[in-house]
Amino acid sequence: MSKTKYILGAFADPDEMLLGIDKLQEHNIAIYDVFTPMPIHGIEAKLGIKASRLPKAAFWFGLTGTCTAFAMVYYMLVFDWPMNIGGKPAFAFPDFIPVMFELTILFAAFGMVFTFFFKNHLFPGRSPRVMHLRATNDRFIIAIDAQEVLDAKKIESLLKDAGAIEVLHNDRKYVSYE
Amino acid sequence: MSSHHESILREPLITGENITYAKITEDVLVPVENKANKAWWIGFTIASLGALLWVIAVSYTFWTGIGAWGLNKTVGWAWDITGFVWWVGIGHAGTLISAVLLLFRQNWRNSINRSAEAMTIFAVICAATYIISHMGRPWLFYWALPLPNQFGSLWVNFNSPLIWDVFAISTYFSVSLVFWYTGLLPDIATIRDRATGLRRKIYSTLSFGWNGSVKTWQRFEAVSLILAGISTPLVLSVHTIVSMDFATSVIPGWHTTIFPPYFVAGAIFSGFAMVQTLLLITRKVMNFENYITMFHIESMNKIIIVTGSIVGVAYLTELFIAWYSGAEYEQYAFLNRVSGPYWWAYWTMMTCNVISPQLFWFKKIRTSIAASWILSIVVNIGMWFERFVIIVTSLHRDYLPSSWTMFYPTWVDVAIFVGSIGLFFTLFLLFLRFLPAIAMAEVKLLVKSSSEQAKKELIAKGNLNKEHTKFYVDSLSKYDSVNPADYAKI
Repeated sequence: MSKTKYILGAFADPDEMLLGIDKLQEHNIAIYDVFTPMPIHGIEAKLGIKASRLPKAAFWFGLTGTCTAFAMVYYMLVFDWPMNIGGKPAFAFPDFIPVMFELTILFAAFGMVFTFFFKNHLFPGRSPRVMHLRATNDRFIIAIDAQEVLDAKKIESLLKDAGAIEVLHNDRKYVSYE
Repeated sequence: MSSHHESILREPLITGENITYAKITEDVLVPVENKANKAWWIGFTIASLGALLWVIAVSYTFWTGIGAWGLNKTVGWAWDITGFVWWVGIGHAGTLISAVLLLFRQNWRNSINRSAEAMTIFAVICAATYIISHMGRPWLFYWALPLPNQFGSLWVNFNSPLIWDVFAISTYFSVSLVFWYTGLLPDIATIRDRATGLRRKIYSTLSFGWNGSVKTWQRFEAVSLILAGISTPLVLSVHTIVSMDFATSVIPGWHTTIFPPYFVAGAIFSGFAMVQTLLLITRKVMNFENYITMFHIESMNKIIIVTGSIVGVAYLTELFIAWYSGAEYEQYAFLNRVSGPYWWAYWTMMTCNVISPQLFWFKKIRTSIAASWILSIVVNIGMWFERFVIIVTSLHRDYLPSSWTMFYPTWVDVAIFVGSIGLFFTLFLLFLRFLPAIAMAEVKLLVKSSSEQAKKELIAKGNLNKEHTKFYVDSLSKYDSVNPADYAKI
């Protein structure tokens, strides 16, 4: 059994990388993940990744904000301490709208961003799980879990055919970051 | 897909030969990865002296109270609120570029959004400090928040636009900060993976462990789009609410329904002018000519003409409605603006905001770097005067002629204003030095579709309509970063 944990195909061009994904998929080779320096449109469909549910989450966070703001203002101005301002009604709904709107935005933005950070394990000080140091610069990396692979040579040739600049057989999953 | 070619008729968004993904990283990170050059140090020294002046003047205000300013019982708001509205307005262009232009799929935003968003944050910081110091007892600022208190739970008054403003400005600041920082994560990761030692540790902490996997990018894009979608109404609401601080009062000259759209247009106008002021210098000093091209400069100048003209229409509408209303106090307020003791402020505003930006109709002027820079500063001067005119000339002659007076700033007023500019530039220069001033990941998206070299390859292949190609090559003549001789032989 070889010590290789992950096979990485490093491409210099996003279109060649997409071709590489196609070639691997034609041969039913499972792709562990793809690391790129920029978002690649259309890659989710190729890899069969479901659409993100974050926009829906944002809607519900926003609605929570609207309700929170309404409840707060209603409690303070109408229920807890109604004030007589020139005989006008305490429940002046149009005046509630600006604060309700602002809290809708605030809750939607923070709720969505923190959900994103939470789901992707992003937080200050997390040690980066990076497989290739140039994946954030100018290399488009396809990673294949070597434990699930029988024929590493074939993968190497498929990646090279698609235009990979280098193919790495890594003993460690991540680049060490000590 | 990245191999999609856009129409040859569109001007390139990136110029230069041999632009590769690696070259973009190298070019953008030059100021971050190297020692600062002389220009930076000179700028930083001057700016931080300004910031020091600001610290002194604000501390003096805190110590002595707002009697340190030139306010009197008739003119209760002057340079403080002028400065506040001016800075908030400047901030708006950042959100407009990052959010509205994203929704409209204007790809030229990709190379200017980062610095414009940074500008937003620093401008809102300057604005917020005015708000805190004009409170008189700034240590009690939390009284503006709806907190349970010892006065028998008397809550803040949610019927007041000033309370709406507390919510609007704090939401705007925090959402802009989150939007900006989320966008920075992939670029901070780029710096991290190229750095060593302590720098790597610091940028590693700041990068939140970003690794650029498919799922990360997918969610990142969803977050960017939704944040853009909600920031757009947010930015409109913020300046609408700022304008309601005036419009819901019963002061002649303030009590007008035109204020919200008029203020929003003015904010975008002054914001783009400030982006122009900053970026024309940044592109020169940081050698970003290939990324912030003449097309970007010209596009921003076009937005300046549009918003400047909207502001001009608003000024004229205001005058017309004042006359048409038949209300003599309203009529006098405007007559006093135009021909009273502050006539010079009114006409400075009119000249700088309405007349001089019209020069951008001439292509020579809107594609000239020197002219764009000078006019952008003129616009900012004009927009400062706009707020001064609205605030001070509406207040200084109120209903009782016996209390009519003039406003004279003290050295503290002047020092806080000049100092806030110093603070703004200090923060901006620190940003240029430590964070990538151009969103690298987003610019990399354009290399294969909208760069000059990609279009040159297309032309070299020769399958294009001759007329279209000629149109394209002609459009390149305005670029200062393209050598027309390269196209002579094609």
